[in-house]
Amino acid sequence: MAEKGAAGVAPDDRCAIGISFGNSYSSIACTIDDSPVVIANEDGDRQIPTVLSYVDGEEYTGNQAKALLVRNPKNTVVAFKDFLGQEFKSIDPTHCHAAAHPEDKNGVISFTIQDKAEGEPSTLSVSEISTRYLRRLVQSASDYIGKKVTSAVVTVPTNFSEKQREALTKAAQDADLEILQLINEPIASVLAYDARPEAKLEDKIIVVADLGGTRSDVAVIASRGGLYTLLATAHDYEFAGVQLDKVLMDHFAKEFMKKNANVDPRENARSLAKLKAESEATKKALSIGTNANFSVESLAEGIDFQMTINRLRYETIARKVFDGFNRLVESVVKKAGLDVLDIDEVILSGGTSHTPRIATNLRSIFPGTTNILAPSTNPSALNPSELQARGAALQASLIQEYESDDIDQSTHPAVTTVKHISNAVGVLTLSEDGETFTPVIAPETAVPARRTVHVAAPKDGGSVLIKVVEGGTHIKVTKPEPKPKENGTKEDEDEDSDFDSEEEEEEHREKVWKIGSTLAEAAIKDIKKGGKVEVTITVANDLSVTITAREVGGKGGVRGTLKAP
Amino acid sequence: MATATVSRPLPSLPEGWAAEKDFKPIGAITASTQRTIEPVGPHFLAHARRARHKRTFSEDDRIQAQERAQKIEKDDESEESEPEDPMMLQREAKDWKSQDHYQVLGLSKYRWRATEDQIKRAHRKKVLKHHPDKKAAQGSTEDDNFFKCIQKATEVLLDPVKRRQFDSVDEKADVDPPTKKEAAKGNYYKLWSRVFKSEARFSKQQPVPMFGDENSTKEDVDNFYNFWYNFDSWRSFEYLDEDVPDDNENRDQKRHMERKNANARKKKKAEDNARLRKMLDECSAGDERIKKFRQEANAAKNKKKLDKEAAEKKAKEDARLKKEAEEKAAKEAEEKAKTDREASKKAKEAAKNALKKNKRVLRGSVKDANYFAGGDASPAQIDAVLNDVELVQGKIEADEVAALAGKLNGLTIADEIKGVWSAEVKRLVDAGKLKEGEAKNLV
Repeated sequence: MAEKGAAGVAPDDRCAIGISFGNSYSSIACTIDDSPVVIANEDGDRQIPTVLSYVDGEEYTGNQAKALLVRNPKNTVVAFKDFLGQEFKSIDPTHCHAAAHPEDKNGVISFTIQDKAEGEPSTLSVSEISTRYLRRLVQSASDYIGKKVTSAVVTVPTNFSEKQREALTKAAQDADLEILQLINEPIASVLAYDARPEAKLEDKIIVVADLGGTRSDVAVIASRGGLYTLLATAHDYEFAGVQLDKVLMDHFAKEFMKKNANVDPRENARSLAKLKAESEATKKALSIGTNANFSVESLAEGIDFQMTINRLRYETIARKVFDGFNRLVESVVKKAGLDVLDIDEVILSGGTSHTPRIATNLRSIFPGTTNILAPSTNPSALNPSELQARGAALQASLIQEYESDDIDQSTHPAVTTVKHISNAVGVLTLSEDGETFTPVIAPETAVPARRTVHVAAPKDGGSVLIKVVEGGTHIKVTKPEPKPKENGTKEDEDEDSDFDSEEEEEEHREKVWKIGSTLAEAAIKDIKKGGKVEVTITVANDLSVTITAREVGGKGGVRGTLKAP
Repeated sequence: MATATVSRPLPSLPEGWAAEKDFKPIGAITASTQRTIEPVGPHFLAHARRARHKRTFSEDDRIQAQERAQKIEKDDESEESEPEDPMMLQREAKDWKSQDHYQVLGLSKYRWRATEDQIKRAHRKKVLKHHPDKKAAQGSTEDDNFFKCIQKATEVLLDPVKRRQFDSVDEKADVDPPTKKEAAKGNYYKLWSRVFKSEARFSKQQPVPMFGDENSTKEDVDNFYNFWYNFDSWRSFEYLDEDVPDDNENRDQKRHMERKNANARKKKKAEDNARLRKMLDECSAGDERIKKFRQEANAAKNKKKLDKEAAEKKAKEDARLKKEAEEKAAKEAEEKAKTDREASKKAKEAAKNALKKNKRVLRGSVKDANYFAGGDASPAQIDAVLNDVELVQGKIEADEVAALAGKLNGLTIADEIKGVWSAEVKRLVDAGKLKEGEAKNLV
C-alpha cells in the first residue's frame, strides 16, 4: 500500500481517525464501537498544542514544544495552520511574534529553522511544517490504535478557502495520510452532540460558538431531520483566548511592577514568554476553580513572583473580552435574519469555552428555553475542546467504508445544493384563541423533506378539516415600550455596573406563528371518539407537495398533490 | 424523523365543505432559497443516497429495509449447520488422531479457511447440542464420547501450532491434480488453478502467484513456475508421528521412537516435495502457454538466425570483393613498378653511356688541346692533365659532365678548351668542391 501513496486507500485497508487541526491546539479522535474517543498523545495530552520545535536536531511537538517557547523561541513554530494555502501579504503574523517568524520565500510562506543538529538552518515551508506536525499526530493515533492510521476526516473553519483546503490535503498526503473529507468545524461540533445515544432527532436552530485560542468563529446552523445547513457565520480575530491571556498578563505584570519598580517583565522576551505560559495556565485553572495561583520562578531579573487571583477579579478585568463574545454571537444571529428566540441550542466549542463566565453571559442573552451546551451551564455537556475531533471521528467512521470516488460524488454540489423552503408548512389546529398554526415542516428545511404528525381529533370525533398552510414567525413584544435588544450598546459604562441591570430592562418577548397562505384543504370523515389523525407532508425536489392524511389505525385516508410553483 | 404528536385538536369539518376525493388543492409553496447542506452525518448519507439514486423517501425506505433483510438472511446462511454423520457421532474420543476436526465442528466446507471466530462459534453451537448433561436430561446414557471429540477438535483448531500440524495432513482439503483425460477436455486452466489454490495454503510466502489462464503473459507464467519450483512450504508431518511412550522406564525405547518419528517426518517431507515437483512437471508438460511462448521465442530466434546468416553472407561477399579489388590494385602496382624499373634501367644505361661518352669528350678535349702543352706533351704532363680531368669528373655530376661536354664539344683550339676547363675548375673551387691548387694543370 505504501507505494500507492495516501491518495487511494482501499476501503478495507482503511484505518480512519478524526483530526481537529487548530491554530493553537489540535486533537485526534477515533471511534471505538461507534462511540468517539479522543486520543491522548504520548505525553497524555488530549489537546495537543499545535507547536513544532527543534532542539539539536530533535523534533518536539505538543506541550514539550510549547515549553520550549521560553528557551528556544527561534526554532519553535506556532500558529501556522492558518497560513496554509495563504499568500504572505494576507497573513497575520501576530501570534508568531514570540516564536519563529514567517518569511516570504518566493511567494511561499516559510520559516527558517535549525532543524538539524549541525549545519545551516533550513527553510521550511508552512506546508512542510504542517506535514511534520500531522505526521506526529498520526503517529500518536497509530500508537494508540495499534494499527497504521491511513485516513482521516479533518475539520476546517467555515471560511477556509478552496486553496487552503487543497494545501491542507496536500500537506496531509505528504504525511501519508489520506483525507477522506474536510468538514466544517461547527458542523463537527453539532455532529458530536447529535451522535450521542440519548440525542433525539429534532428540527432545531443551533448556534455554534467556537471560541479558540487565536480566533472565534460563530455559526448559525439549521438542523432539519439530521441535515445541517449553515445560515450565517462570523469570524473574529479580536476576541479569542489570547486576548484573555493578554488581560491576565497585563494584570500580573502590573502587580509585579508594584513590588519591583521599574522591572517590566513584558520588556524582556524570555520574561514575556514565561508570563504568557503561566497566564494561560492560570486562565485554565480559573475555569475549573474559583481561585488560581500564578507563580513563576525568576520571572524577570531573577526575581520570583507568585500571587493568587480569584475568578471574580479575573471576570472583572476580562469583561471587555467577554462582552466581545456576546456581541459576536448576537451579530451572527441577526445576520442569519433570526431572533434569539429562534435559537433552540447554543453549543460552545473550543478551549476558551471552558470559561464559565462566557456561558453564563450567553445564558442571559438567550431565552430560558434555549439549551446552552457548555460545561458550566449544562452538566451533560461534552468537553468543548473535544467536540470537533469527536465529530470528525464520527464522520470518519461513517464514510470510511466508501470508495473515495463515492465520497467525492456524494459531496458534489449537485447533491449538496438544494432548495430550502423559506416558510414553515403546517396545519391549523384549534386553541383557546381560535385557529393556530402548528408547524409540521420547519422553515429552512432542505427539500426533499417528509414529516409526519399525529394530530388529535375533536373530543367527540366526527369529521375534521385539515387545512395545510404556510406559516411565518414574528416576535411579539408585550412590554408597551419595546427597546431594541441590549448588550451591545454599553461599551462605555464603568466597571462597577453589573450584568444584572440588563435583566431589568428586558421586556417580555415571545415568538408567535402567523398564518400564511393556504396550500390545501382535506377532510377526514367520521373519526372515532378520541381518535387521532396522521398527517404526512412531503415536499419534493421541485417543491411540489404531497399530503397524506388518515386516521391512525384506520384504513384509506386522503392523498393529494400540489403542483410545483 | 420520529412522528411528532400535536395535542391541540383539528377543527371540525364546516358544513357544506365538499371536494373531489375529500382533497382541495389551493396554493403552492411560495418561497425557497438555494442553500448548501453540509455533507456530514448519517442523515446526509441517506440524503445523498436518495439524491444519487433518484429515490423517493418511500422507495428508499423499502430498499433499505430489503438490504437489511438480506443481511440477516446471509448471517443465517453462515450459521447453517451441516448434517451430522451418524458414524461420526459414534466415534471414540481416544481415536482423536484419526478424526476430522473440521467435520466434527461442522466446518467441512471451510476447512483451513475457517476463521478463529467461526471455529469458536461452531464449537459453541456443538457444545449446546451435545453437552452430556443435556443428553442425560433427555434420558440417554451417559455417553460423552462425542462431546470429548468436540473438545479435542476445538483444542486442536484453536491452537495455531496444532492447527497447522493438522492442516498439513488434512487430505480432505487437497484437490487432486486432473488426469490427462480431464485436462484434455478443455478446462485445463480451471482444474489446475484449483489444485494450486489448495496447494498454496502451505506457502510460507503469501500471496502466491496464481496459475492464470490462457491469456496470461509470459512474465506471469514464468513467475508462477519460478515460484512453485522454489516453493517454500510450512507443511510438516508431526501429526502422523507414532506415539512416543511417555513413561520413564525405557529411555532407549523412547529415543528410538523419537528418532524413528523424526526420520519419518523427513521422509514424508521429502516425498511431499517430490510430489509437488512431479505435479509441476506434469502441469508444465501439458501447459499450452509454455509451448506457445517457446514457439514465439523460436520464431524470434529463427528470425535472428536468418538475419545473422544474411548478414554473414553479405559480410563474406563484401570481404571477397574487397580482396579482389586489393589484389587487382597490387597487381597493377607491381606491373607499374616493373615497367618503371625497366625504364629507369634503360635511362640509367643511357645516362651511363652518355656519361661515358661525355667523359670521352672531356678526355678528348684535353687531347685536342694537346694537353695544354706548347709542343709535344711529355708523358708526365699528359698523365697529370688526365689525372686532373679524372679528378674534376669525379667531383661533378653527370648532368654537369654533359654540360661541360656540350661546352667542349666542337672546340679544337687549345686556348678555348683551356678557358672552358679553367672556368669549370674555378666554378668548382668557388663551390667548394675543389680545393685551391687542385687540378692546377687545367687552369
